[in-house]
Amino acid sequence: MAILTLTINGEHVSGKDDESLLAIAEQHGIRIPTLCHLDGLSDVGACRLCLVEIEGTPRLFPACTTKPREGMVVSTDTERLRKYRRMIIEFLASEGNHQCAVCVVNNHCELQNMAYETALTHVSVPYLYPKKELDASHENFIIDRNRCILCTRCVRVCHEVEGAHTWDIAGRGIDCEIISDLNQPWGTSESCTSCGKCVLVCPTGALIEKGEAVSEMEKKTDFLRYIVTARQKREWVNLDSDEE
Amino acid sequence: MTVEELREVAETERARQGNFRHRITYCSAAGCASCGGIAVHEALAKALKARNLENEVELAGTGCMGLCGEGPLVRIVGDGTLYQRVDVAVAEKIIEEHIVQGKKVAENLVDTTDPFFASQVKIVLENCGTTDSEKIDDYIAAGGYEALAKAVTELQPAGVVEEIRKSGLRGRGGAGYPTGLKWGIVRKAPGEQKYVVCNADEGDPGAFMDRSVLEGDPHRVLEGMAIGGYAVGASQGFIYVRAEYPLAIERLRLAIKHAERAGLLGNRIFDSQFNFRIDIRIGAGAFVCGEETALIRSIEGKRGRPRPRPPYPSEKGLWGAPTLINNVETFANIAPIIRKGGAWFAAIGTPKSTGTKVFALAGKIRNTGLIEVPMGIPLRKIIFDIGGGTPEGTTFKAAQTGGPSGGCIPAESLDLPVDYESLATVGSIMGSGGLIVMDSTSNMVDVAKYFMEFCVDESCGKCVPCRVGTVHIHGLLEKISEGRGTTDDLALLEELCQMVKDTSLCGLGQSAPNPVLSTLRFFRNEYTELLHAPEGYVPSGTANEKSIAQ
Amino acid sequence: MKPRVATAWLGGCSGCHMSFLDMDERLIELADKMDLVYSPIIDIKNFPGNVDVTLVEGAVANTEHEEMAHLIRRNSRIVVSFGDCAVTGNVTAMRNSLTREAVLDRSYVQLADITPQIPRDYPTIAELMTTARPLHEIITVDAFIHGCPPTADQIWYAVSQLLEGKIPALSNVYLRYG
Ligand SMILES: Cc1cc2nc3c(=O)[nH]c(=O)nc-3n(C[C@H](O)[C@H](O)[C@H](O)COP(=O)(O)O)c2cc1C
Ligand code: SF4
Ligand code: SF4
Ligand code: SF4
Ligand code: FES
Repeated sequence: MAILTLTINGEHVSGKDDESLLAIAEQHGIRIPTLCHLDGLSDVGACRLCLVEIEGTPRLFPACTTKPREGMVVSTDTERLRKYRRMIIEFLASEGNHQCAVCVVNNHCELQNMAYETALTHVSVPYLYPKKELDASHENFIIDRNRCILCTRCVRVCHEVEGAHTWDIAGRGIDCEIISDLNQPWGTSESCTSCGKCVLVCPTGALIEKGEAVSEMEKKTDFLRYIVTARQKREWVNLDSDEE
Repeated sequence: MTVEELREVAETERARQGNFRHRITYCSAAGCASCGGIAVHEALAKALKARNLENEVELAGTGCMGLCGEGPLVRIVGDGTLYQRVDVAVAEKIIEEHIVQGKKVAENLVDTTDPFFASQVKIVLENCGTTDSEKIDDYIAAGGYEALAKAVTELQPAGVVEEIRKSGLRGRGGAGYPTGLKWGIVRKAPGEQKYVVCNADEGDPGAFMDRSVLEGDPHRVLEGMAIGGYAVGASQGFIYVRAEYPLAIERLRLAIKHAERAGLLGNRIFDSQFNFRIDIRIGAGAFVCGEETALIRSIEGKRGRPRPRPPYPSEKGLWGAPTLINNVETFANIAPIIRKGGAWFAAIGTPKSTGTKVFALAGKIRNTGLIEVPMGIPLRKIIFDIGGGTPEGTTFKAAQTGGPSGGCIPAESLDLPVDYESLATVGSIMGSGGLIVMDSTSNMVDVAKYFMEFCVDESCGKCVPCRVGTVHIHGLLEKISEGRGTTDDLALLEELCQMVKDTSLCGLGQSAPNPVLSTLRFFRNEYTELLHAPEGYVPSGTANEKSIAQ
Repeated sequence: MKPRVATAWLGGCSGCHMSFLDMDERLIELADKMDLVYSPIIDIKNFPGNVDVTLVEGAVANTEHEEMAHLIRRNSRIVVSFGDCAVTGNVTAMRNSLTREAVLDRSYVQLADITPQIPRDYPTIAELMTTARPLHEIITVDAFIHGCPPTADQIWYAVSQLLEGKIPALSNVYLRYG
């Protein structure tokens, strides 16, 4: 492991060579929008919100999966990136069925927050209004695929942290869907331990608890840091005291 | 097997073949086999048997002979005669008239002095049409496995890499990455275990270059992979081939079995320390599984979804080990380079794009089929000399290379040399070798729509821009082509294309907008003539007659 | 001359208009600054021409909405999507994943108290579109007011900007879905 110095948005920063650009930016108080990334889970680079520009190449790189290099010059907030981020949110909004007014996570939704952060006044592509299934067969939880943005956080938390691997993806392209076991009703899943981790990490109203009304449900993702640091570093972090 | 034994096998086989008065080959690749070629083979065998000629005339099934549109094809090897559109009756006639009476069957003769043949240069396809694809001895008699022998017994791994570097060979899977450079990186990558992977996923619609090589000359690919294994320090190779290619899979299986039996694959190859095995992995035919990181995951038994690069497979590939991944045609070029030297190869083609390229000619063109041409050949020569031009009464409009990832080359650029750099200047790519010709009757908006529909179907769905963007681009193309589009829609279309290109995770999404951008660049008028202005405010007094009660 | 302002009500619940009225005493101030030339809350039958700003509530859900939307576009200098249903389709568009027949059957047959029947073949009844669409998918829209319904403050802010001849740039405070 080595310490490298690089420039992010004109600011000189340093970071470890095995950390992601996202982590380094975060440590220096530079915010990069994300959706599929979640501290404690592996990174997949799927939502493309965290794309950044790196001097010397026309390609854009996802900050969550890109490692730093000595002298790298990174821009995280150019006009082009802002526009692309807004278009990503437009795409996500258009491919699902989102009616925030009647949604359980209204006002506590990461997709909504991203829409605000990217100043999304309206979706310029036509809404696709897909026909998606809602599965309420589990005794405690519901999956409403109309609100799913396919970030795969649930798939990863279930596989990597809970070790159950109940969730996976079926289909491809626009027909991709999150399924439980071999596409059986969630309530009949033999692998699901009903731990509820997927529900807590889901950024939207796709995975929710039963019995919550509009705007009632707040997701908590912090528990993940607690578990993962305990496992990896053998220490219990105090979630209340180290708010940065 | 030792080098001496290899030479002996070659000698014996050549002597055996010399004992025959004639050698008749018939195309046994999927193209001809699917249009009556199997019956032709049987008819030829029957006709020989009826005349008791089995010991005087040898019959061999070979790889693709190129002129697929005129198949089934049969060749008399000695005098170079090629017959087209052979059916059972013609097969009988060939034996009776050509072989027995010594006069050619005029009606089915192919003029082999035609530029279709004269303008081609065969390296990859050199054995296709002459050697029996199912007989290892035939391959060895034609110089097969000599390159492997030379590499393993005479050259150091670094020396092999150097020879490939000198040849200037670039990856034939689409992107044209310098092969020698890639081999060098894998060779130097730290790791006990390394792998060699042959990408035979060939998913471009209409492409069949790799299939033809695998069906026609499978040992050439095995030999190339083994040389690669020796050069980078790998002992295990995988061929990832799509399930839609059953004949190729069957021939590969047979070839691997024969090579193992002959000791050309396995342990202590040519009595050296070098061990190399090859296994086949069958893909379910998803286009995205041709993308190297998705392919690797698929071999690992996972869902074939790409992951961001770096790290590249050369550093972290199969099961995290350094992995050399090349295309079928790339591997097919290796043996001749080692046999004849990098300098020989580098002299063919252009300085930056060396060697030859195999193309599958299709679309509005008279001669469709499989061709191999030197890099840098003017497009005009491919279309008009080799392809025979567009059908009667039409004119050439554009050629499309690179399939769903590529672009169009318009008539103004007919003199463009076909090499990596020149194609890039007009916004297209070499691609893996699909070459579709469009004539004056082709509608370019429909062409763009067709390729976009392909990408919509084939997107793996992992990243947002490709999963959703391709659907919207396709929707806009549909709207425009149906005459419902406005000038605002065209602006949005261009914006979406640029965004999907810049932000997608893998090559599929990054290149999916190319056919749209390219047709917009050269045939914009075909779009704009379908558009109308968006509705707007009409100053008072003109639009008020009709109003609606609420 | 004061700016000529209209408001229209397409496929929505009228909640956005209720919220408009929630501006309370500020409405008096507005009355001084603009002429309300057409609105479901005033008694004018025909949508007039030469309108400066039209606020449109609701999604475009049937053929009558569609015609109305085009008329509004031709007759208005600035068209504003007013509330989430106009902006995103929102609740009105929740039926889009069902077939039109299923929707009509549910509304007019299954839930009918008397004379269950699907009203058809009456020239006065507009045909339901296969899917309800946000306004800007049907016509060009110049500005957007969000919320289900938008708050009176949001509307006040947007309308004040519009009356000053500005297109309201929805600041973070006022950009709020749901
Ligand atoms: C969507 C997609 C599909 C691809 N399909 C193929 C394929 O079918 N065959 C192939 O050889 N390379 C394919 N490639 C390129 C491979 O990722 C890789 O670059 C290539 O196999 C490297 O070999 P080369 O250097 O010999 O060209 C594809 C790439 C993308 C992005
Ligand atoms: S998931 Fe978020 S964006 Fe979707 S409807 Fe619910 S609150 Fe709105
Ligand atoms: S259900 Fe939630 S966590 Fe899972 S993929 Fe969908 S949005 Fe992500
Ligand atoms: S670009 Fe398309 S094919 Fe590639 S990872 Fe993204 S969704 Fe999958
Ligand atoms: S957060 Fe990096 S791609 Fe989603």
